[in-house]
Amino acid sequence: MLKKITASLDILTPEGVAFSLPLAGPFLRFLAWVIDFACVSSIVMLLGACVNLISPILPRLSATMSILVYFCATMGYGMLLEWFWRGQTIGKRMLGLRVADDHGLRLKFSQIALRNLLRAVDALPFLYATGGTACVCSRHHQRLGDYAAGTVVIRHVNEPAADLTAVQPGKFNSFRAYPSLEARLRQRVSPQEAGLALQALMRREEFEPEARTRLFGEFAAYYRKLAPFPEEATFALTDEQYMRNVVETLFRPRSAAAAPATRGLSSSQSALLVPPPPEK
Amino acid sequence: MIVDFERFVAAESPYWAALETMLSTCEKDAGKSLAVPEVKELHYLYQRASSDLVRLKGFPNEPRVRARLEALVARAYAEIHEVRGRSRRLKPVQWVTLTFPTTFRRRRSAFSLVVAATLAGVLFGAFAIWLDPDAKTIVLPFQHLSGNPSERVAYEEGRTDDPVGEMAPMFSARLMTHNIRVTIFAMALGVTLGVGTLILLFFNGIILGAVVCDYVLAGETAFVAGWLLPHGAVEIPAILVGGQAGLVLGKALLGSGDSTPVSLRVRAVADDVLTLVIGAALFLVWAGIIEAFFSQYHEPVLPYWIKITFGSIEILALSLYLSLAGRKDRHA
Repeated sequence: MLKKITASLDILTPEGVAFSLPLAGPFLRFLAWVIDFACVSSIVMLLGACVNLISPILPRLSATMSILVYFCATMGYGMLLEWFWRGQTIGKRMLGLRVADDHGLRLKFSQIALRNLLRAVDALPFLYATGGTACVCSRHHQRLGDYAAGTVVIRHVNEPAADLTAVQPGKFNSFRAYPSLEARLRQRVSPQEAGLALQALMRREEFEPEARTRLFGEFAAYYRKLAPFPEEATFALTDEQYMRNVVETLFRPRSAAAAPATRGLSSSQSALLVPPPPEK
Repeated sequence: MIVDFERFVAAESPYWAALETMLSTCEKDAGKSLAVPEVKELHYLYQRASSDLVRLKGFPNEPRVRARLEALVARAYAEIHEVRGRSRRLKPVQWVTLTFPTTFRRRRSAFSLVVAATLAGVLFGAFAIWLDPDAKTIVLPFQHLSGNPSERVAYEEGRTDDPVGEMAPMFSARLMTHNIRVTIFAMALGVTLGVGTLILLFFNGIILGAVVCDYVLAGETAFVAGWLLPHGAVEIPAILVGGQAGLVLGKALLGSGDSTPVSLRVRAVADDVLTLVIGAALFLVWAGIIEAFFSQYHEPVLPYWIKITFGSIEILALSLYLSLAGRKDRHA
C-alpha cells in the first residue's frame, strides 16, 4: 500500500526470522561527515596549539610533532572512534548513525580500518565526489570504502507514538467494550495499513469534502470487512468516525508495552529462565 | 497469535532483559570466551527473542516494542552467527614474526604482478631517457631532478654544510607521512579492480627508471646507488607491498571464476589487506628515518661503498625476513 522510499538492509536469519536495519542516505551521511570534518579540524588545531607550546624551546621538535599529529589525527580519527564507539564517530553519534556489517554480523577492526583507508579514493577529486556518487547509486547507500569493507551505515529510528489527540479528541470509542474484537483487529492489520489510516485521519482537513467522504467510505468498508464489530458498537457511526475508532484502537498506547518489566537480572536469575537441557 | 498483548510483554520482558545483559557483556569484551552453559543460555534467549519477534510481526502496531526486539535480535544474530575469529588483543611480536610475513607469502602472486608493473615502468622510463634525453623535463617533473646529474654530484660532494642538519627530524616526518599516504592510495586504488594500482606503480617505475638511467648515463652510478639504496631498499618494497594489498582487494572485487558473492569475497581478504598495509607503513617509518638521517650525506662525509653496502644488507635482510620468517611455525 505504501511505496518504500527509504532503503533498508533486510536480513533473514537461518532460523527464518527477518529483521531490517534502516540505512542512512547520502545527505545524512554528508552531514555527519561535515561534523566529523569540523571535529578533526578542531582536534588538529587543539593538538597543534599544545605542540606549539614547546616551540620556543624546541622549535624543530615542535614542527616535527605538528606533522605527525596532523597525520595521526586525520588518519586515526575515524578508525579509533568507530572501533571504540562500535561504529560511531562524533558526527554519526549526533545524527544517530552507525557503521554496521552488511550481513548484520559483528563489525571487525579490519573492516573499520579498510573503509577509512579507502577514503583516499572516495574523497577524489574533491569533497567526496566519488564516494558521494557511489553512495547515491548504490542500493545500500555504500561509498566505495563501504563496498570494499563490507559495511553499511545504518540509522537509529525512534518510532514516535501516534498523536491520537489530533485524531480522536476526547471522543468515546465504542470499540473498547469489545477487547477480544479489538485484539483481532490489531492482529489483522499490517503496519502499512495502520499507518495509512492514521495519515488519512491526520490530514483529513486537507481533502475536498467529496473526496474525504469517498476516501473514508472506502477505508471503513475495508475495515468493516476485515474485522467486523457488532451493530451496537457501530450504530450511527459515520465512516470517518468508524475510522477514528479503528485508529484509536490500533495506536492506543499500553502501559505494559512501554516499560520493560525487568532489567539487569542477576546471572542466577537469568539462569532460571532457561529450561534445563534435555536429558540424554 | 498474541491475544493479550500486555500479558505477552510482561511475560517476555525478563527474557529480553536477560538477553540484553548477556549481549552487553559479550560486546564489552570482544576477547571473552563464553562457557558452554552460557552459550546455551545465549542461544536459547536468542531463539526465544526471535520467536517473539515473529509473533510481533503479526501484531504490528507496537512500533517501540517491535523496534526494541528487532535491535535485540540483530545484536544477538551478530554475536551468534559470526564465524570469523574474534578480535583478540594485539600481539606485536607474533604479528611481526608470523602474521605479516606469512600473509605476504600467501599473496605472493599479487606481489609478483606489482613488481612486474613497476619493472615495466622502470624499463619504460630508462628507455625514454636513453632514447630522448630532452624528454627529461616531461618524465621527471621535479625541479631537483631536472638538472644535470654531474653538476648535482659536484655540488653535493663539494658541500661543507650539513645538507639537512637540524631539519632532519622534520624532513623525516614529512617523508614518512607522504610515503604512507602514497602507499595507502596504492592500496585504495584496488577498488578500481586493481587497474588504478597497477597504473600508479607503473608511473612510479617510470620515475625511478628515468632517474637511475639519467645518473648512470652521466657516469654517476656510484652516487645514485649510494643515494637511493639505503632508503630505497625498504621504501620501494614497502610501496610494492601497498600495491600488493590493492591487487588483493581488486582481485576479491573482480572475483574471476569465483561464484562467491562479492561481499563475502571482500570479507575474506580484509584482514590480509590490512596486514599488508600496516606492514608497508612500518617499513616506511624506517625508510623515512634512513632517508633523512643517512641517505642525504654523500662523499667525502660518507663513502658510497658504506651506503651501498648498507642498502645491500637491508635488501638481503628484508628478502630473508619476507621469505623465511614464520616458516617453522606449524600454523604458517
